[in-house]
Amino acid sequence: MSAQVRPASQPNGAPIHESGSFAAHLKTLERKIPLHARYGNFIGGEWIAPLKGGYFDNISPTTGQVICQIPRSQAEDVERAIDAAHAAAPKWGRTSVAERARVLNAVADRMEQYLPFLAAVETYDNGKPIRETNLADLPLAVDHFRYFASCVRAQEGSLGELDEDTVAYHYHEPLGVVAQIIPWNFPILMAAWKLAPAIAAGNTVVIKPAEQTPLSLLVLAELIQDIVPPGVLNIVNGFGVEAGKPLASSPRIAKVAFTGETTTGRLIMQYASENIIPVTLELGGKSPNIFFADVMREDDDFVDKALEGFAMFALNQGEVCTCPSRALVQKSIYERFMERAIKRVEKIRQADPYEMTTQIGAQASNDQYEKILSYIDIGKKEGAKVLTGGGANKLSGDLSGGFYIKPTVFEGHNKMRIFQEEIFGPVVSVTTFDTPDEALEIANDTLYGLGSGVWTRDINLAYRLGRGIKAGRVWTNCYHAYPAHAAFGGYKKSGIGRETHKMMLDHYQQTKNVLVSYGTKALGFF
Amino acid sequence: MDDRVGVSDAARALIEELKTQHGPIMFHLSGGCCDGSAPMCFQVGEFKLGGVDEKVGEIAGCEFWMDRDQFKRWAHTRWLVDVVPGRGASFSLEAPLNKRFLIRSSLCAM
Repeated sequence: MSAQVRPASQPNGAPIHESGSFAAHLKTLERKIPLHARYGNFIGGEWIAPLKGGYFDNISPTTGQVICQIPRSQAEDVERAIDAAHAAAPKWGRTSVAERARVLNAVADRMEQYLPFLAAVETYDNGKPIRETNLADLPLAVDHFRYFASCVRAQEGSLGELDEDTVAYHYHEPLGVVAQIIPWNFPILMAAWKLAPAIAAGNTVVIKPAEQTPLSLLVLAELIQDIVPPGVLNIVNGFGVEAGKPLASSPRIAKVAFTGETTTGRLIMQYASENIIPVTLELGGKSPNIFFADVMREDDDFVDKALEGFAMFALNQGEVCTCPSRALVQKSIYERFMERAIKRVEKIRQADPYEMTTQIGAQASNDQYEKILSYIDIGKKEGAKVLTGGGANKLSGDLSGGFYIKPTVFEGHNKMRIFQEEIFGPVVSVTTFDTPDEALEIANDTLYGLGSGVWTRDINLAYRLGRGIKAGRVWTNCYHAYPAHAAFGGYKKSGIGRETHKMMLDHYQQTKNVLVSYGTKALGFF
Repeated sequence: MDDRVGVSDAARALIEELKTQHGPIMFHLSGGCCDGSAPMCFQVGEFKLGGVDEKVGEIAGCEFWMDRDQFKRWAHTRWLVDVVPGRGASFSLEAPLNKRFLIRSSLCAM
């Protein structure tokens, strides 16, 4: 199989010097390609150095050490990528859905073949535990390409028989060249969420990875560059103000998709308004996770599942837009529930991210680490009680320079800032409620509406809450599941659009109506 | 309101550097995921303010704005704009200098 990976060109630069836990882990894996000390942009199927020659250092949050150099692209590089995408767009847009689906499936197969290697790179670049990249990020990304390969093959237009001789045909047509700006919390998975529907729908893409975590998508591109036709996928790296802005504001893109925070989301909408193009935005949340008293009615597997659901705030170091960062627990079970919940949280193992038993790794960057600590600080100043955690964690050896924070549980009330703002760290703020109405009121007292969780044995209550919560997703007796074919997106300030579902194809397609008269007689107007 | 938003010496020095590079600049406080809840710095005029925004202070001669609804939820606190090493995936002007503005908060006197 290794003969299949024949790069058309190299990303530039000598192989990287691999050291520490990462190197030890990599030695155990099938990999086929080296990591490079310096990468180019991936444009038109080639690896292109930034035209002005600037690079920036990419740092591993596991150690705080430099991994490699990444292009600090400017407007000229973005233009070149948009040129390549435009050159490829007409042909790719006319390519049969069977062939487009074949390409997506081949990408999925290649990713699956080198899954442990890609997972290791993702951990190196992002800091999350190898357990998560192996069991969640990468398998979900693989499945996402397969899902949209299926969706696009099954997609049909429509015809409306308006009268005996008049028919309205509706065709799906690609938008053309689309821009995507993705975040650093799930670098490969967020790329897959955006690339798979866009490419399946017949668009070509210029994508900009986050500057904290640019490596894994470049490694993936090198692995699949013999599969994806040149110019269909173009990757430009760099900073938002230097590369993101020329991309998002270009009059030569047909749509922009962004995941991030609200101010940049507004800025992207503002650029889109100048070009009159659509946007999809995913801007985060402050998701409530609601536990009703009947959860504790028995001591069975379901209680255990609910306690795990509480601890889910620590998944991915809390760097998830839907982090269940507000826990609402019914008063009558509060003490009993929290006693067990805290024990569960205190069992979370924070250690070397490359060990399969590690459950929480490093925050993705120093600034993120500092921001989380500043929130823990204001939480304490606001009078919230620290039930566990409450500070940084220092690991030893080559991980001593990494960005580790202890899973932290606060007890407070919903008006505190730690209940109102997305901390994007392993921090949950807990409060109580008496009645379902009060739970609903607290749950909806937020600017955002992305995720939420409801835990109860009462299906009628679950239904009421599920319909009452103003959020795009209500996990009911589960949390943090992200299967393809369940729509994901926000109410209120959490954004616009729905990903991870076939309806996302609509966000990447035009509707063409061909209105045909099969009659032969004049209307008689003139 | 005048002293709700303060600025550390390091942030003031960075603001002066950015002014030299970019001319007049302003801040808008972000919310939401990833790099949210942090101040974003733009050239004046780059980010279009609207009726939903409120000016909450000035630091080093730069206006500091935020969404009015968000402000309601921050109103019991005062903030010090500081700077830390990092880059933040945003369109904020300081990112290419490998620095990131950060807010440190304290409670308003009751």
